[in-house]
Amino acid sequence: MSNLTYTLIFYIFAAITVFSAAFVVFSRNVIYSAFALLFTFFGVAALYVFLSADFIAVTQVVVYVGGILVLLLFGVMFTKSIMNTELKSDVLHIIPGTLILAGILSALLYTFYTTHTWKPSEIELHGSIVERIGYETMSHYVLPFEMVSILLLAALIGAAFLARFDKSDNKNL
Amino acid sequence: MILTPLPHISMPLLMGNSLNAWSEALVGFNPMGLPLGLVILAAIPLVFIALYSLTYGVYGERKISAFMQDRLGPMEVGKWGILQTIADILKLLQKEDIVPTSADKFLFVIGPGVLFVGSFLAYAVLPFSSAFIGASLNVGLFFAIGIVAIEVVGILAAGWGSNNKWSLYGAVRSVAQIVSYEIPAAIALLCGAMMAGTLDMQKITMLQSGSYGFAHFFLFQSPIAWLPFLIYFIASLAEVNRAPFDIPEAESELVAGYFTEYTGMKFAVIFLAEYGSMFMVSAIISIVFLGGWNSPLPDIGSFALNAWTNGPLWGVFWIIMKGFFFIFVQMWLRWTLPRLRVDQLMYLCWKVLTPFAFVSFVLTAIWVIYVP
Repeated sequence: MSNLTYTLIFYIFAAITVFSAAFVVFSRNVIYSAFALLFTFFGVAALYVFLSADFIAVTQVVVYVGGILVLLLFGVMFTKSIMNTELKSDVLHIIPGTLILAGILSALLYTFYTTHTWKPSEIELHGSIVERIGYETMSHYVLPFEMVSILLLAALIGAAFLARFDKSDNKNL
Repeated sequence: MILTPLPHISMPLLMGNSLNAWSEALVGFNPMGLPLGLVILAAIPLVFIALYSLTYGVYGERKISAFMQDRLGPMEVGKWGILQTIADILKLLQKEDIVPTSADKFLFVIGPGVLFVGSFLAYAVLPFSSAFIGASLNVGLFFAIGIVAIEVVGILAAGWGSNNKWSLYGAVRSVAQIVSYEIPAAIALLCGAMMAGTLDMQKITMLQSGSYGFAHFFLFQSPIAWLPFLIYFIASLAEVNRAPFDIPEAESELVAGYFTEYTGMKFAVIFLAEYGSMFMVSAIISIVFLGGWNSPLPDIGSFALNAWTNGPLWGVFWIIMKGFFFIFVQMWLRWTLPRLRVDQLMYLCWKVLTPFAFVSFVLTAIWVIYVP
């Protein structure tokens, strides 16, 4: 494929990401916002592919589309009178908002312009990235990995405890 | 694995027999600078789904169900009713496309589309032959497991957009089921990936080739592999909403679940998506455990049965036959087993399949490390 095709595909995905993200923010219907998030997540995954981080791209789809988006949709759908709620999207606190916007924007632009020469890593990646991730997780980063798994286990037990059917509550019904 | 570079102007008809040769040639097929080859590459699985579900899927389902129940099934259109599905499609095409007044028009319309795209995307990484794979990703298997998530969103869009309580119930049940059964399914497939040491579908298949045919398949390479194989098969039934896990469309309680309100072509698209996913999970199970496009026939002495029945074209034949075999088993089970209740479904997933999947994961790890 020519370079032009790549550039074109990149811009298509970038446009999908940006426009669907804008739709999420500006839409007055919560359900539509939640569904538009699908395209945002998908576009971001495609951008990861362009950075040749295909493992992260698939993880993005699995975690965000398969997990978080479904959770969000369930939450939205099971909320009472979701369609009747007027979403408040007025503009408030104009001056602090503008200040924060200008601050973040200038910080980002500063970083972008001062580090415009990309710093390539010393080790060049050869072959599949998946094996590298596996080796690194199981050797260098085994402690953070175990800590994250303990954290997730604690969250799981907590969720199971909260969702548990309580017999003493049932008597009061 | 060395890919032979092909000249970029080479026509798809002059394709060689080396690994991924056909798909590489198609990618290089750019008449007048347009990436037409890529479009053809993506269209091949699409045409395949349409053809197979038209000719074998629906017809097979009706005939198999008929024979299971001691009936004849469709007999009127064509000999043995072979043309019945084509007649059905013509009828569906002519039907009025009804959108209920109180439905959410936008979600109602895009629901089946997203659903179909979700079931179709995984075909990108399925190796249909040694020379043909849509995209030979090094995370192929992970992609195939993960991309089902898009189907889930399509189901929710269809269920919510219909503005019908049966549809919404069906959608919620279906999504809860797919999300839960993804866990034992993914762990079971991980066992196969562990035996291969890669997530690349084409490499997993190549590791299972050899002159002893079926004896090289992962299923017969380790005594533990039967456990993840069975777990994945059961979980894949739930993932494609097939009986005994078809509670999302439980016709006795929910009319037809999330596609109650759909008519005409939109209904046909949902059906196509279901048959597409059925073949997808069947192909995945045959690639990971049953050698994908490798011939199961062994060489017997100088009678080189395996060598004769291997090759790019034979590969297409074997993987489709293996897929059809599992589709037949899915249909067989559908007309044999009664439907599970919701609580039984969750019990089976979390208290039976998931612990056994973990056990098989640990046992496979021990086997891979200690048994050469």
